[in-house]
Amino acid sequence: MSTVPLLKVNDVSKFYGSRIGCRNVSFELYAGEVLAIVGESGSGKTTLLSCLSTRLMPTSGIVEYHMRDGQYRDLARMGEAERRFLMRTDWGFVHQNPADGLRMTVSAGANVGERLMAVGDRHYGNIRAAASDWLERVEIGVDRIDDQPRAFSGGMRQRLQIARNLVTSPRLVFMDEPTGGLDVSVQARLLDLVRGLVHDLGLAAIIVTHDLAVARLLSHRMMVMKDGAVIEQGLTDRVLDDPREPYTQLLVSSILQV
Amino acid sequence: MATPLVVSEVAKSFTMHLRDGIRRPVVANVSFSVKAGECVVLGGPSGVGKSSILKMLYGNYGVDEGQILMDHDGKLVNLATAEPRTVLEVRRTTLGYVSQFLRVVPRVSALDIVAEPLQARGVAIEDARARAAELLSKLNLPKELWSLPPATFSGGEQQRVNIARGFITDHRILLLDEPTASLDAKNRAVVVELIAEKKAKGTALIGIFHDEEVRDAVADRILDVSAFSPRKAAA
Repeated sequence: MSTVPLLKVNDVSKFYGSRIGCRNVSFELYAGEVLAIVGESGSGKTTLLSCLSTRLMPTSGIVEYHMRDGQYRDLARMGEAERRFLMRTDWGFVHQNPADGLRMTVSAGANVGERLMAVGDRHYGNIRAAASDWLERVEIGVDRIDDQPRAFSGGMRQRLQIARNLVTSPRLVFMDEPTGGLDVSVQARLLDLVRGLVHDLGLAAIIVTHDLAVARLLSHRMMVMKDGAVIEQGLTDRVLDDPREPYTQLLVSSILQV
Repeated sequence: MATPLVVSEVAKSFTMHLRDGIRRPVVANVSFSVKAGECVVLGGPSGVGKSSILKMLYGNYGVDEGQILMDHDGKLVNLATAEPRTVLEVRRTTLGYVSQFLRVVPRVSALDIVAEPLQARGVAIEDARARAAELLSKLNLPKELWSLPPATFSGGEQQRVNIARGFITDHRILLLDEPTASLDAKNRAVVVELIAEKKAKGTALIGIFHDEEVRDAVADRILDVSAFSPRKAAA
């Protein structure tokens, strides 16, 4: 069990003018931990995720990341180039809509290979081999390597986006509703795939979802957000089986039993 | 060796906010300990809080008051207040649980579900699967089912997958929530035998068994949970 956190979040708030995005969020994330952030639309989940992943600047508070050299760096004080490098190598970001995370008009193989080139890989044969290996791991036929993601189904695009993010062996992956908009059978396959990869690679992940079943299946810990604040957090099965807060009880009791 | 499990003055209530904040006390002043190699059976009528106690011991239910102390790798951990990652670490190496129902994951085979806790402890997948196969055949689960996800299995078949998964590791503490509820006589006997093996190895077991025959065969001590009824404590 690693003893130092990978990510330290201290009192992060984000205001849009006088409107609250998220407020006073603090937590620590360790390597290999999967944290789910749940809550209804507008509760501040995505704002928080954006603040953590440097896509938005928090209004106040500090987010620190444990770099590979063993130092903690304040993300807000990092240069733009350094931040972009981090995003492309040590981090992954899986968007709800795969079109936001993929380049739709280049081939599947190039989508995966691009991130490898960003970290300095130049050997075409190696890049192509890594790309086919990853397509296989996310269950996309290697014969589709030269096709553009435009020609892929929603589920395949989402799997391709995951391959593109994981090819550089990131240590931390952010996911924003990774199964949103997919039909149930495709969701099950994707969830199983993500679960396996997170386990095998020892990834830390922060997953924003409004689907409690996704949180149950993938996460170790969860945070429940309402009106921009974290109202309850803890071990995922504890929060779901013994919810304490009124809003969490409402969420859990609203799950439809099939 | 330290006592594997000491429970002291634990209390639990549920507050139902959606029902006008009704507070429903479950148990109060729960205190007991379990020695290595001992099997303690929680007794008492339905609804008295047996399962709730087991779930608190597993960290699945929150604890309002008191301590749940476990000997985890030579260190004392209070599960009632431990951080989520500590609870997960304790579950991985020290604390096992056989629930009444199997929570199935789509697309994962019965064999891999059983092998997973061993794999999580760093055992190679082939070895873990071999051990899983051994347990499943001992529990008479037909071999043709091993490679299938258990979603379509019968209640008794799922239960046996669940038992195998709980018994595959050498956790020092094992919680059993009616593991024999949906089993036939032959398989109940297998479970009794597995429990005897665990006791011989020094595992501390805490269980709920409604089947008297099984209970008499495995229990070293029966703990009457109605003694922890909060109404009684208040009187």
